[in-house]
Amino acid sequence: MSIPEYSAVKLKELLETKQISALEIARALLDRIKKHDAEVKSFLYIDEDLLLKEAQASDQRRSQGKVRGILEGIPVALKDNICTKGQRTTCASQILPRFFPPYNAHVVEKIQASGGSILGKTNMDEFAMGSSCENSSFFNTHNPWNLNCIPGGSSGGSAAAVTAGFTPLALGSDTGGSVRQPAGLCGVFGLKPTYGRVSRFGLIAYGSSLDQIGTFSRSARDAALLLEVIAGRDQRDSTSVDQPVSSYQEKLLSSLKGKKIGLPQEYFENLDEEMKASIMAAVEVFRSLGVEVEEVSLPHTQYAVAAYYIIATAEASANLARYDGIHYGYRAEINAQNTKVEDLQEIYHESRAQGFGNEVKRRILLGTYALSSGYYDAYYVKALQVRTLIKRDIEKALEKFDVLLTPTSPVSAFPLGEKIEDPLSMYLCDIYTVTFNLSGNPALSVPCGHDKKDLPVGFQLVGKLFKEEEILAFAHQYEKETLVNTLAPIKKA
Amino acid sequence: MTEFEIIMGLEVHVQLLTSTKMFCSCSTTFGSPPNSQVCSICLGLPGTLPVVNKKAVELALKVAHALNCQVAEVTKFDRKNYFYPDLPKGYQISQFDQPILHSGHIMIPTPKEDKKIRITRAHMEEDAGKMIHQEGTPYSFIDLNRVGTPLLEIVSAPDIESPDEAYSYLKELKAILEYLEISDCNMQEGSLRCDVNLSIRPKGQKTMGTRTEIKNLNSFNFVRLAASYEAERQKQVVLRGGKIEQGTYLWDENEQKTKLMRSKEDAHDYRYFPEPDLGSFLISKDLQEKIHSQLPELPRIRSKRMQEEYKISEKDCAFLIEQKVVADYFEACLKKFSEPQELLNWMKGQVRTYLNEHDLAMVDFPIPPKNFIELLELLQKKTINRNAAKEIFEQMAKTGKRAKEFSQQKQKITDENELRQICQEVIKAVPQIAEDCRTNPKAMNALVGQLMKRSKGRADVDIARRIFGELIGE
Ligand SMILES: [Zn+2]
Repeated sequence: MSIPEYSAVKLKELLETKQISALEIARALLDRIKKHDAEVKSFLYIDEDLLLKEAQASDQRRSQGKVRGILEGIPVALKDNICTKGQRTTCASQILPRFFPPYNAHVVEKIQASGGSILGKTNMDEFAMGSSCENSSFFNTHNPWNLNCIPGGSSGGSAAAVTAGFTPLALGSDTGGSVRQPAGLCGVFGLKPTYGRVSRFGLIAYGSSLDQIGTFSRSARDAALLLEVIAGRDQRDSTSVDQPVSSYQEKLLSSLKGKKIGLPQEYFENLDEEMKASIMAAVEVFRSLGVEVEEVSLPHTQYAVAAYYIIATAEASANLARYDGIHYGYRAEINAQNTKVEDLQEIYHESRAQGFGNEVKRRILLGTYALSSGYYDAYYVKALQVRTLIKRDIEKALEKFDVLLTPTSPVSAFPLGEKIEDPLSMYLCDIYTVTFNLSGNPALSVPCGHDKKDLPVGFQLVGKLFKEEEILAFAHQYEKETLVNTLAPIKKA
Repeated sequence: MTEFEIIMGLEVHVQLLTSTKMFCSCSTTFGSPPNSQVCSICLGLPGTLPVVNKKAVELALKVAHALNCQVAEVTKFDRKNYFYPDLPKGYQISQFDQPILHSGHIMIPTPKEDKKIRITRAHMEEDAGKMIHQEGTPYSFIDLNRVGTPLLEIVSAPDIESPDEAYSYLKELKAILEYLEISDCNMQEGSLRCDVNLSIRPKGQKTMGTRTEIKNLNSFNFVRLAASYEAERQKQVVLRGGKIEQGTYLWDENEQKTKLMRSKEDAHDYRYFPEPDLGSFLISKDLQEKIHSQLPELPRIRSKRMQEEYKISEKDCAFLIEQKVVADYFEACLKKFSEPQELLNWMKGQVRTYLNEHDLAMVDFPIPPKNFIELLELLQKKTINRNAAKEIFEQMAKTGKRAKEFSQQKQKITDENELRQICQEVIKAVPQIAEDCRTNPKAMNALVGQLMKRSKGRADVDIARRIFGELIGE
């Protein structure tokens, strides 16, 4: 096996036993990226010199016995909506072409404080709005399992980079499924922690009450490792919660005997037969581990997508108001009629019309409409009510079950361009994931094999609030039984 | 002729006296160079998040007690959305449907009796920045130092029935807020701004008339003038058979009239919704009690006490209490000085004149109470006379030195022989006036005046009068 194929935990072991150096890891990953990312196109930006310098510094620390923490020498890729001090952060948008944040996101500080380094910034749907990465204003990212297909979204670049072996670890953000869905479609582990588990400071907002930073990895153990680093209360994010951070790695082997999985029946009703078969096979693996499995109902599931698209877009309409061409970011000089932009109103209109892509504009319009007087009660207030009911459904279900198990996505990776003209069918890609953003519960997409097209299939484990260790333990023990390949061949169909 | 009555409600925005902003740790100092008091958070840079300033919440809780308000058990912030260059996030963090305070009242003095004005609500919000338009340039400047400054918006019920009542309400409110050190209420610096909602209706009518709003008044006098003008304008419209149109007006100081800023059709839709970055929060009873126990004396209570303790009139108390620093100065002097009336006369006279002439606020008054008392004591002990005291006062204020440094040359002439000599010189100089004294006792004042001139104000008047009497009587 070569460096790019190893998990983060394996790399740590090799570093600790001095069999490899951090510099070797960085070089090996950079080599692979150079060789293959021209096809995959997962990265927007890599600061090679900085990475190599940090790797050398890490090796030096290790040789001096000054290891910083549990990520010493391990690189992590970041979705490009996570702020990196002095390093361009774009949200894959033309409206933010040259933003060099004067601060690091909380997660970046945490990674650096534990010895990790930032490998580079990955492609995404513009402002995290999308399910295929096709809304990036720069270029499309391709699924390493089949380069004609999308990697999922919006954190498609991070998912593709992990499964392509460009990095053992990556971070994304998950507002409606943007970590779990691409993880499912790329056949890797994608964890969305409980809302409030990880500070959002430095994560460029889309839907603030739903956004949560999550991890990509090729094993459950690696997810546990990275979560341990980034979890915890941060004064700068008032919604981050002061809950003790568990030693997630240590709890991976807690016995599953007698534990209970609930299968929400609504999630299996119209599911593709092939997909259903893969997931039911996974359920059988859990049964064989002594887990009890039963059906359960989450009766308000059918309203989740509608409620999600109202709440997320309403919040987005305010979060994206700051990109107004006045204070920073893109300012239009010439209008659509090819004359000079004259006054304030025109700066607003033209800068936003030219700077934002279509999907972002669509969502800003939707959200603005949902909050407008006369519609507020019918849309926004209703959506909040649905959110409360959905939370109750899940709370109730989790009184009886330890975890819930659902499909991650209704479909596996689809060809580029297939859904881009049909926003509604694109929105339905999130049908199984949005619910748990509305409720805040932790959820993890676990790879469980491949369909007939040899594209990855995943299932989703949902845990009680702040019980990430539980879903990680389920995932880890399932993984040990099945040994699903998480490293993609990087090939055309 | 139809008689009309006025119905007004006031929205008062006060800047809370915190050293840092509402949601970040930037300083709130006024008058710094443009854009020198900003950070990533108040600039609304992508990825930043607001964190509530605890001090601002505590100040709001102080207000609760002062304005007899109920404190919300659960409160939250909301986003108020609109585009303007002085608003970097494109929304203002404010409070919409769960304000921190509600259902309060204050008493205001009216010619007849004290009147209760109900407070509907008070909510916290962040201020916007400032646009600066410079004549002759094709662009505008933006100063974001003020962005994020904590404000409390205090909304009264429509209980105010005249421009004068509005004026008293504001004065009373300002006194309370200054007293509790909730706000410095500095209107020049924009720490207190006021919006007026006003409607009229024929006397006796139950239903309310259509109201108009006059926005952004930054002086109590403008409130009174604008309200009077607007009430009269509405009356004329109604008398001519017209209808009042809902709208937002601005007061034009130069033309002394209200001007329509935007009509109802152009009213903003602010699309308020809960601020997801902050969430709801509970205000603990413990915190409320802690704040309550640390409250200073309220102005009305202080006025009552001062009237009794120092035997001074209600009106004089009102003068002292209008600014807390004045009352504090007054009481600081009285710790070591026993004549409240004398001190009061100085405060109303010399001190006030000095401040006006030099365009200073009481906080900048250069003579500390300790030094001021020394001057008054010299006068009290008759070491110097009143004229000399006034001159020394000016010099103390100018130089910052103590009274003793000047009193040597100002000491009264009490020596009989010395005085007799000057009196004789005066009589010699103006024999006619001396002659008049025999028939008109008031002419004596003119003689004393001459004497003071010759003695440079140092003669002891009582002794001099006796000597004049003796000399003229001879
Ligand atoms: Zn600031």
